[in-house]
Amino acid sequence: MQILVNGECFTTDAGNLDELCGKLGFADAKIATAVNGCFVAAPARARTRLSEADEIEIVAPRQGG
Amino acid sequence: MFKLYGTEVSSRLLLGTAGYASPDLLRQAVEASGAEIVTVSLRRESARAKTGQGFWGLIEELGRKVLPNTAGCRTAKEAITTAQMARELFGTNWIKLEVIANDDTLQPEVFGLVEAAAELNADGFDVLPYTTEDLSVAERLVAAGCDVLMPWGSPIARPRGLRTRPRFRPCAPIFPTTPLIVDAGLGAPSHAAEAMEMGYDAVLLNTAIAKAGDPVKMARGFARAVEGGRLAFEAGIVEPRDMASPSTPVVGTPFFKIDNVS
Repeated sequence: MQILVNGECFTTDAGNLDELCGKLGFADAKIATAVNGCFVAAPARARTRLSEADEIEIVAPRQGG
Repeated sequence: MFKLYGTEVSSRLLLGTAGYASPDLLRQAVEASGAEIVTVSLRRESARAKTGQGFWGLIEELGRKVLPNTAGCRTAKEAITTAQMARELFGTNWIKLEVIANDDTLQPEVFGLVEAAAELNADGFDVLPYTTEDLSVAERLVAAGCDVLMPWGSPIARPRGLRTRPRFRPCAPIFPTTPLIVDAGLGAPSHAAEAMEMGYDAVLLNTAIAKAGDPVKMARGFARAVEGGRLAFEAGIVEPRDMASPSTPVVGTPFFKIDNVS
């Protein structure tokens, strides 16, 4: 399955968002997520199934003004 | 002491965390500024670098209240989703709401700003909107539930002071119970002092300190200017006059002759 992760093409067999985050090494990381422009809270990741061409955002804290 | 969404705040200087040459310099500048609130953002996290994880450790060390922003968002929808991610990430309902109209001026896109503010306030956020000095927009933001307004002084990272001064001045008396924070455009401590003397409750800045030759010393300078400006506002600044008037008593002046008085 081809999806976009943070704007880049990514091939994955992850069935849901939580699995994808785990495969990317974010299992214990401080992150927040969105799928196709909609926020997905951490507890909802495991029940958020992924589909072809989904656009995933995985963000973390950063410096800001 | 003033209140932002029920939280008592002593320091009237809010500080951005971006653009410092090193994490240690950021830490020193925050300490020197006395700021109790620091702004942060969220950005895409690389699976390899995991940059955000280290930054979060630094923020925790600082022990300040964080104010996440929605910097870079161009639509209400983007800003709302970013705010929701920020709330989970930083564990706060506070959001510095930015909806930007274009990259050259970083001017607030005020229609999207009001739309996003209304939705976020309804969703339990405490919205601190980055806006212009336009009073009708300010009124709509207050009507949308915002208990804080953050008009710009000049465009972000163009440290020119209160370029919008003539339209800026009426904000304080028109919104007497709404905390007003000048956000963006302050380049020198004198700019911050001027805003505080006009009755603004606080200033929020980043570039002027982060990019100064000595950010730690500049942070100290801004802290004193903000305090001085506030004290001046509370003390009551004398009205300007067109004609000179001697401050030293005239009565008893040696060699005084009535003929010398014009």
